[in-house]
Amino acid sequence: MRRTLAGALVFAATAVALAFLLFPIVAIFARVPPGRLVAQLSNPVVADALVVSLKTSAIAQALVLALGTPAAFVLATRRFPGRPLVVTLTELPLVLPPAVAGIGLIAAFGRFGLLGGTLSTLGIRLGLTQAAVVLAVAFVSSPLYLRQAIATFETVDPDVVAAARTLGAGPARTFFRVVLPLARGGLAAGAALSFARGLGEFGATIMFAGSLQGVTQTLPLAIYTEFAVDFDVTLAMSALLVVVSAALLVALKVTLQWQPSRPTSRFLFATSS
Amino acid sequence: MAALATDFTLPLRDFELELALPVEGVVALVGPSGAGKSSALRVVAGLLEPARGGVSLDGCPWNGLPPERRRVGFVFQDYALFPHLSVRGNVAFAGPVGDLLERFSIGHLADAHPRELSGGERQRVALARALARGPEVLLLDEPLAALDAHTKAEVRGELRELLRELALPTLLVTHDYEDAAALADEVGVLVDGKLRQVATPAELVARPADAFVASFTGANLLRGRATRSGELTEVVLEGGERLFSTDAAEGEVGVVVYPWDVSLARSHAEGESPLNVVRGEVGSVFAVGNRVRVKVGPVTAEVTSSSAERLELARGGVAYATFKATGTRLVPL
Repeated sequence: MRRTLAGALVFAATAVALAFLLFPIVAIFARVPPGRLVAQLSNPVVADALVVSLKTSAIAQALVLALGTPAAFVLATRRFPGRPLVVTLTELPLVLPPAVAGIGLIAAFGRFGLLGGTLSTLGIRLGLTQAAVVLAVAFVSSPLYLRQAIATFETVDPDVVAAARTLGAGPARTFFRVVLPLARGGLAAGAALSFARGLGEFGATIMFAGSLQGVTQTLPLAIYTEFAVDFDVTLAMSALLVVVSAALLVALKVTLQWQPSRPTSRFLFATSS
Repeated sequence: MAALATDFTLPLRDFELELALPVEGVVALVGPSGAGKSSALRVVAGLLEPARGGVSLDGCPWNGLPPERRRVGFVFQDYALFPHLSVRGNVAFAGPVGDLLERFSIGHLADAHPRELSGGERQRVALARALARGPEVLLLDEPLAALDAHTKAEVRGELRELLRELALPTLLVTHDYEDAAALADEVGVLVDGKLRQVATPAELVARPADAFVASFTGANLLRGRATRSGELTEVVLEGGERLFSTDAAEGEVGVVVYPWDVSLARSHAEGESPLNVVRGEVGSVFAVGNRVRVKVGPVTAEVTSSSAERLELARGGVAYATFKATGTRLVPL
């Protein structure tokens, strides 16, 4: 008897938890008919925000990959004093409240920030520019990529890397022909995670870059701004972000199931001769 | 044939590895795990930087050269094949494939990936890949350890043929003395980073430098106290048995007897003086190929299967192990 009661309680708890997580997402799609949702996407606010979001996220992602990949490789393969501290510091932006991240960016790169003087002598002004959005997005999303990339590089068998060297490959050829192809699954997963995080960035962006339609107003910022004006438009944009995020999540799960040598993955990276 | 020479010191966690060793032909480094054997290979390959000294080939020093500029063919313990490349891709990574796949009978596996191969096939891919590099020196780290017992015997024979044919200075590492004896012209026994003895396999068996070398080469090692008595040395073992040896020694000694120098009997007639006799219970009977290893008291004997059958040796029975005083070596402990 008691066992059935316990079973029922566990079942109820599971049902409540799942419903709680899914209900708000379902609600976004349920409030307005799908046809009207799609029609709202032609609203100039939405179109502008979509372009700004995609552009800044793509540039930020390119920067994160270009700088984060070598950084993660060094942190994964070199042992030096203070390494755990450095790795922990790279993860700090991940747990930082977004408002604090925004303040930090202003204090560093803002007009009166530490580097503000240097930047203005160089003729660079970041306030209210897309460059500021890119910085904010890169700042909050890069730790996700770094963490995943470090973990992935650590799983590459050091003997396989050593074998490449003894077979005549220098460090660069070893990296591009052996390490990178073996790490690509994990790196792609990290990229998907950080891209999703960057796309949803709100707090740091609104503080550091402002919310200027067509310039710095990304989708999350537009949702916040339009909320007071036209609720249907915010629903449409929210629905759009749900779809994109879900697609990224599915891509991530598929990526993580890749085997390094499965033929399906050959299209993404040219690896073998 | 070219000659490799190593003379270096490499600090490891618990001790310092010191290796001054000329390598002409096939030299095996043997010793317990953790003795620094694999680290020695890595220094030769340029994967580890020694604190002092280095490696030279025909008198030309390799100091400061990165691994990719040393022409070594390194076969790693688990073969370290590239999992994302096919068999052909693995070999081609190192250099022109040519007829290497056919030579190692892996032509039909050219498009297979390493995870689809058996242990023996992986080993052949690793060898083909190492040779595609056009090496001047071969380094083999436990080349047979990853194989099951059946494959091992076959691969060992093939490997010996190959090494003879290549005639490259070869340094191979193994924890198995039998593998070393089968493959190498010379064997260096490495313990805690120091070479205890370098000799041909036959010399190691005939004249082990110390107790470790003796037991490592497969000998019985019994502890006892030696006193000189006339032409012979008398040793009283810990169990009270009295043995004789033609070696001179005094005090605490190790008595070294090779299993194949020990004969077994079910009874013993007193008075056959040149023979050492140990009476004991049969502890284990273990087949090794067409021979049988029988443990009698503290002594292991290796006899033919037929004589083991004839003597009806079985666990728990009593037997006499006999061996000559001339075949009984005394070594310092």
